[in-house]
Amino acid sequence: MYLETKDVVKQYANHLALNKVSISVPQGTVFGLLGPNGAGKTTLIRIITRITAPDSGEVLLEGRPSRAEDVYRIGYLPEERGLYKKMKVGEQAMYLAQLRGLSKQDAHRELMIWFKRFDIMSWYNRKVEELSKGMQQKVQFISTVIHNPDLLIFDEPFSGFDPVNADIVKNELLRMKEEGKTIILSTHNMESVEALCDNIALIHKSEVVLQGRVFDIRKEHRPGIFRFRLYGNGFDLEHPSFTLLSKEPYHEFIDLRIRKADGVSSNELAKLIFDRYEVVSYDEELPTMNDVFIHTVTKEA
Amino acid sequence: MNTLSLVIQREYITRVRKKSFIILTLLMPVLMVAMTFLPLWLSTLNDGEVKRIAVIDQTGIYAPLLQSTETFQFEVVDEGQSHATESKVGKELFAILQITGDLNENPNAVSLTSEKQSPQELQSLIRQTLREKVTQQRLDELTVSGEVDIASIAQVREILDNRPSISLQTLRMGGDGSVTESSTEMATIIGMVFTILIYMFILMYGNMVMQAVLEEKKTRIVEVMVSSVKPVKLLIGKIVGIGLVGITQLAIWGILAGALFTLVSFFIASPEQVASMSEGMGGMSGMNAMGSMGGVEMEGIMSAILSINWLEVMLFFLLFFIGGYVLYASIFAMFASAVDSEEDTSQFLTPVTLLIVFAFLAGFYSVNNPDGPLAFWASMIPFSSPIVMMVRIPFGIPLWEKFLSIFLLYSTFILISVVAAKIYRVGILMYGKKPSLKEMFKWVRYK
Repeated sequence: MYLETKDVVKQYANHLALNKVSISVPQGTVFGLLGPNGAGKTTLIRIITRITAPDSGEVLLEGRPSRAEDVYRIGYLPEERGLYKKMKVGEQAMYLAQLRGLSKQDAHRELMIWFKRFDIMSWYNRKVEELSKGMQQKVQFISTVIHNPDLLIFDEPFSGFDPVNADIVKNELLRMKEEGKTIILSTHNMESVEALCDNIALIHKSEVVLQGRVFDIRKEHRPGIFRFRLYGNGFDLEHPSFTLLSKEPYHEFIDLRIRKADGVSSNELAKLIFDRYEVVSYDEELPTMNDVFIHTVTKEA
Repeated sequence: MNTLSLVIQREYITRVRKKSFIILTLLMPVLMVAMTFLPLWLSTLNDGEVKRIAVIDQTGIYAPLLQSTETFQFEVVDEGQSHATESKVGKELFAILQITGDLNENPNAVSLTSEKQSPQELQSLIRQTLREKVTQQRLDELTVSGEVDIASIAQVREILDNRPSISLQTLRMGGDGSVTESSTEMATIIGMVFTILIYMFILMYGNMVMQAVLEEKKTRIVEVMVSSVKPVKLLIGKIVGIGLVGITQLAIWGILAGALFTLVSFFIASPEQVASMSEGMGGMSGMNAMGSMGGVEMEGIMSAILSINWLEVMLFFLLFFIGGYVLYASIFAMFASAVDSEEDTSQFLTPVTLLIVFAFLAGFYSVNNPDGPLAFWASMIPFSSPIVMMVRIPFGIPLWEKFLSIFLLYSTFILISVVAAKIYRVGILMYGKKPSLKEMFKWVRYK
């Protein structure tokens, strides 16, 4: 494990922000940190980035407790991110890069590479307040990754970007993953979770309620809905082992969505249909992460 | 480079480069010098009235030598009438010049008492006349002493080179007949200048710290910052960086004001130069008027200025400035960190500002009674001591008082800044509801 938190507890005056939160993030993977607003994600990130200290529990990096100098190995892009409005873009990026432990020469060299990559060289001497929100996001993204950290934490990285730039950022994330970096992604955008994340943890009401590989979780949360495409134009079977959800004619076929009753195996259900109709195709619906999220959070409530 | 010095560097450089800073820093000394010299110059303009000065000369040597001029009329008065004469001061008489002994033996045996401040012109007239006479007296003594040899000539030269100085003690007579020495005026002026400076700087730069904290919180850059800089370092960096801006401004003001002051007094002190200059510049009558004051009066002002122990005053100014600034800047930063916008700060800051204004007023009144109980206590209480103590120091106060005051100030600021740092650390990451004071003090205990 690259990063682990063990039974992390954080208590604020009137509420418990984190209650024995343990997560494990394997090296070189993208880890989705999910949860409704106010669940405690930001607090957990702040503890991992050593901005605040936990009341109890610990954070392990490569198996040993994290140390003060580990902040230089972490790149953190907060959800609420800003820049000094009156500063020039280049100076600001230099400042943030040096704060993250780079020497002046290294910071300048890396900045040149990134500014070229993002095609923002012409902004170098512009004041931050002259930039659009999307442009500022690019500068912030650069200052998060400039010091080539091993662990990257992005809180809602795609908000504020247009689809083109969001795609650039997404490709950067994948490129960094290829390089063996470990990435924690906190987002409400479930499509990007499915596209990018290997593992997730869902935090709800200060506790981890769901954790594991994305595929496993989706499989586990199968609601037992099957799709059949049958040849022919009629389907009127009724049976206690399933309920019919929808029936749509499609050219010379008919499309069915069927919910399997509890205690019935998939095979029994398939046999039931296969024996009576000519089946063209058949599969089981995997839930989207969106479904899993809503299902888990509303069930808990 | 470590993060703290990076933060200090940024806070310092971004502010020093601002146009508003450069303009204010360069313009202020010019205004200060103008404000010092304009009244001085105006005072040399004649008010047309003939001033009568009674001369009570116990020796009888000097009185006949004082020649009345268009503006000043000297009248010799008998010693016995001195009481009657005193009561006339401020009415038909402008001043009394009292000579109580041989000035050759005791240069301090002369005093000028008036109700209003006596003009520099009068003082220099008297000083010059007396000085010439004393020089004569000494030369006479030399002549009387016997044959004139080489050694004597050398002595004459020496006497002429080191002209004997007469220190004319100027006294002010108050309405109640009490007489005070006017040299305290210089102490008063210097004390007030430093008090106003400290008051201004604490308010100005304390506010700057508050704005800086609020800006970081409002733009949310603070979230980015704290992921690589410890909040405490961010706070220290901010306070130190902005404080250095203040010290830079003070230093530039000091140097520029000093240079301008010397330059202007140099012109005043050498009339020929001014005359030739004003001819060249097409007749600047003002310059001529200033030139006509002669070099002697300036010497008086200069010697009064130089008689202050500047090293001591500057050292304590710096100590009290730093102490007061850090104390108030921590408080400002603490409250700014806890709120989301400027509008919300007023509830917390009004009491703090009132405290500073109170200190300023206490300093103002302490001038009249620098050793009174108000002055003493206000210069011990850390929240007002930096402002009030600067009034008292030029008057000369016991060393233990200064050290006790500094000790109290510095212990308080250490205590307050530790609490402020703890609140700041939590506050900068808290958004939403404005916390109550009680909630803020709960933050101190957060891990």
